[in-house]
Amino acid sequence: MTNDLASRASEFGLTPNEYALLVEGVGRTPTLLEIAVTGALWSEHCGYKNSRPLLRTLPSEGPQVLQGPGENAGVVDIGHGLGLAFKMESHNHPSAVEPVQGAATGVGGILRDIFAMGARPIAVLDALRFGPLHHPRTRFLLPGVVDGIAGYGNAVGVPTVGGDLQFHDAYLENPLVNVMALGVMPVERLQSGTVGDVGNELLYVGSPTGRDGLGGAVFASADLSTASSEDRPAVQVGDPFLEKLVLEATLELIERDLVDGVQDMGAAGLTSSVAEMAYRAGRGVHLDVARVPRRESGMTPIEIMLSESQERMMFSVHPSQRDAVLEVLARYELEAAWVGQVIEGDRFQIYEGETLHADLPVALVNEAPTYTREGIESPAIRTARETAQPLPPLGDPVTALTTLLAAPGIASTRAIWERYDHDVRTDTVVAPGAADAAVLRIKGTPLGVAATVDQNPRYCRLDPFEGARLAVAEAARNLSCVGATPLGVTDNLNFGNPERLEVYYEMQQAVAGLREACLALDTPITGGNVSLYNEWRDGDATIAIPPTPTVGMVGKLEDVRRHATLGLKGAGDQLLLLGWTRDELSGSAYAAHLHGNETGTPPRCDLDLEARVQRATRELIADGLVETAHDCSDGGLAITLAEMTLPHGVGLAANVAAGAEEGCSLEGMLFGESAGRIVIAVPARHEATVAARLDASDVPWHVLGRSGGSDLVLRWNDARIRIPVETLRTAHEGTLPEVLA
Amino acid sequence: MLACAETKAEGDSATNMPIAIVRFPGSNCDQDAEWAFRDVLGVDVTLVPHASHELGPVDAVVLPGGFSYGDYLRSGALAARSPIMQAVTAFANRGGPVLGICNGFQVLTEARLLPGALARNDHLHFTCKDVHVRVETDAAPYFTRTYRSDVLTLPVAHHDGRFDADDETIARLEGEGRVALRYVRSDGLPDPSANPNGSRNDIAGILNETGNVLGMMPHPERAADDLLGSEDGLKILGSLVDTLAGAAAGASA
Repeated sequence: MTNDLASRASEFGLTPNEYALLVEGVGRTPTLLEIAVTGALWSEHCGYKNSRPLLRTLPSEGPQVLQGPGENAGVVDIGHGLGLAFKMESHNHPSAVEPVQGAATGVGGILRDIFAMGARPIAVLDALRFGPLHHPRTRFLLPGVVDGIAGYGNAVGVPTVGGDLQFHDAYLENPLVNVMALGVMPVERLQSGTVGDVGNELLYVGSPTGRDGLGGAVFASADLSTASSEDRPAVQVGDPFLEKLVLEATLELIERDLVDGVQDMGAAGLTSSVAEMAYRAGRGVHLDVARVPRRESGMTPIEIMLSESQERMMFSVHPSQRDAVLEVLARYELEAAWVGQVIEGDRFQIYEGETLHADLPVALVNEAPTYTREGIESPAIRTARETAQPLPPLGDPVTALTTLLAAPGIASTRAIWERYDHDVRTDTVVAPGAADAAVLRIKGTPLGVAATVDQNPRYCRLDPFEGARLAVAEAARNLSCVGATPLGVTDNLNFGNPERLEVYYEMQQAVAGLREACLALDTPITGGNVSLYNEWRDGDATIAIPPTPTVGMVGKLEDVRRHATLGLKGAGDQLLLLGWTRDELSGSAYAAHLHGNETGTPPRCDLDLEARVQRATRELIADGLVETAHDCSDGGLAITLAEMTLPHGVGLAANVAAGAEEGCSLEGMLFGESAGRIVIAVPARHEATVAARLDASDVPWHVLGRSGGSDLVLRWNDARIRIPVETLRTAHEGTLPEVLA
Repeated sequence: MLACAETKAEGDSATNMPIAIVRFPGSNCDQDAEWAFRDVLGVDVTLVPHASHELGPVDAVVLPGGFSYGDYLRSGALAARSPIMQAVTAFANRGGPVLGICNGFQVLTEARLLPGALARNDHLHFTCKDVHVRVETDAAPYFTRTYRSDVLTLPVAHHDGRFDADDETIARLEGEGRVALRYVRSDGLPDPSANPNGSRNDIAGILNETGNVLGMMPHPERAADDLLGSEDGLKILGSLVDTLAGAAAGASA
């Protein structure tokens, strides 16, 4: 019997050693339900067993942090008595199997994390990673993921305001769907996912429990090649209408102070919500699965406990508030059931009626064993980085520019964001495509909040440490380009199988890079998500995704009317480059898209220069001196300048050699991706003031040229190119619509 | 044409009564409409739940956008059968002004307060973007009385926005001047590229026979603040508010 159970433990994701730990922890042979519950809680998805030691090294503190890691979402103070809740989460594996529902339920889950904190969701952003755009697999996945996000977010009525779309061969079978949500709340409504005091009752609210999503947490923690087809029912189906009702009811319960604790039922459903709430309170729980609403008959306690049916919440309610809570839920026509009580002691007890099926120490199941390894860099990656393959000659710069402007990852994403309702709630001040970050106002205050998601797969593949630093730097730069001061980060750490030492190495390096950059730019990480085992088999080869530490960053504007967008507003503005252009083409979009070359060292990230350039940009915007700014990232300065002409059809003439270091190649001037660069447009009347301010703040700056005309004119030394803005527009807008038709 | 004072059937106050915004389960533009009327235009607003059988004393009714009941059946079909819709129908039949925006327009057609139907967009996808609409009539005293031939920039955000009806109905709508809004280019001229959903005759909004019920797919409440890019929606919402204020002043004189 014991041996039989030990072998069954592996079905629930427990290794033999972990099973032994469980036996030791309970002091007897565990029941099958205990094994199932522990397996779910000790999965990577819930227990972070491979990542927790690394995550502990990340900075999470700062005067602005109201809630750091460990709750449903992080919260930062934005003044005026308000908190900004934000969090990012992945739905990678479900989206690989069923893109529409996989992505849709990803939106649903992250929204519940936000309103469980007491915050009203105000925006969604998505970071999506796919294989080559024109591969049939991508043409199946991408439209499905977009439809899933649109279908859910649009119906709930939360605008999807921004995102980041990147392509790389290694995402082909294992796309990434990382979704970030933001919410705003009065600070005093900040909630905790706790059971509260002994005697409180646990109230289950929302969708009845079915067999859908069974074992999803375990599924998400296994690699796709072995798990996907058999686990098809592990993908859940979303109901945004129900979510909307649950959202409104939850916020009303919190606003009227009728509940002591709130938790969304996400990964591992009832199991993790109840276990985590008990752990945070340091209490025991008595749960009766017989009282859990079900949509199917004959469900076993294990199925009920592990189901990941969507749109479910758990509340802890003081007995005196029972009737008031039920009245609210009835008004929203929501199903609810009293499923347990908070008890003295430290036991997580699961009953079915009178029968006790599990009796586990709360701390044991919440403190998954952790694994640390010493990673080893992949020799192939090291060789690719240390042996940069030379690039062929540039050829025609006009062709190179228009090709790059149409390249997946740079081309306009209009075809995607026009499917998202980005205006609902009437707070979207800067809509998708108009600037480097989204900006939302907070009605009733002068405030704005800004948000962005960033990461470059090529940089991270070649050098995960530098790639992670660059992701943080770019996110902060994007916020600075709309005039927002960065406040905090939510990270989504997507990697392959951490048991492989070369993947673990990537995790170690990426986390170290995040740590350094977040400390330097004063953006504590208030929470996030880890998604491992993102790999697939291609014949005999195992392909891991590029290390993908997605950075979601939020910031604030004291006066939302003082913000910047990327489009040139009219003729006659002086164009300045802040920062330096170095001959950095390794890992660039130019090298990848025009020459299929992904070798060498990615651009260096000078965090001190970044901080100075970004602060100067923010201050110029906040003081009303500048309302046009755009950073240099994928595709370099030439792409930045081209993109600035598009929104309002205003051309420009610029000397791309300005600000280029001695000996920089023409390709480097045009398409090099040196970090820490921002282009601003300065109205003529402010030129002298801006120049003096930049000198005083020790920011390198260079005059590129001026806005005007209907062409993009780039010159260097004694040569120049001229491209009509409408030609650029055709290139930029032409790529994605066909795939999304 | 109906005299405006007659709409004050449920009250006798000379001052304005609130504008009712009906909240169906799944409405998600109710707060946006509330903000536009109350915070921008400064009029009283009351949110009326779908389960209510009465509107109470109100001057006008707004059916907001969203996904009522998830729109899992035909868009607006379930909401049209909510208890409150009997009261809305009675209010409209007495000549009271009713504005349906997006999902509200779909509800009005499902409730047969307006003819035709809103079918799936011809490209089959949800679409959210700014469009241009031309005001086509001055026969709607509550909504567009002084703005005929204006071209307004308004956002659309819908999956089922393609207005369709049988030929006879279309001919009647056109012949009676009941096409209130039409999708056009920014210069006011019709063009297939200006129509975001394949609506027949580029129809973006229509009136009932008596001109007091307007259904429109674009969102005027989303174009009520230049910080968000356009104030053109205020021409429609403000027209309603001005008319009601004029009626109140007339009644008290």
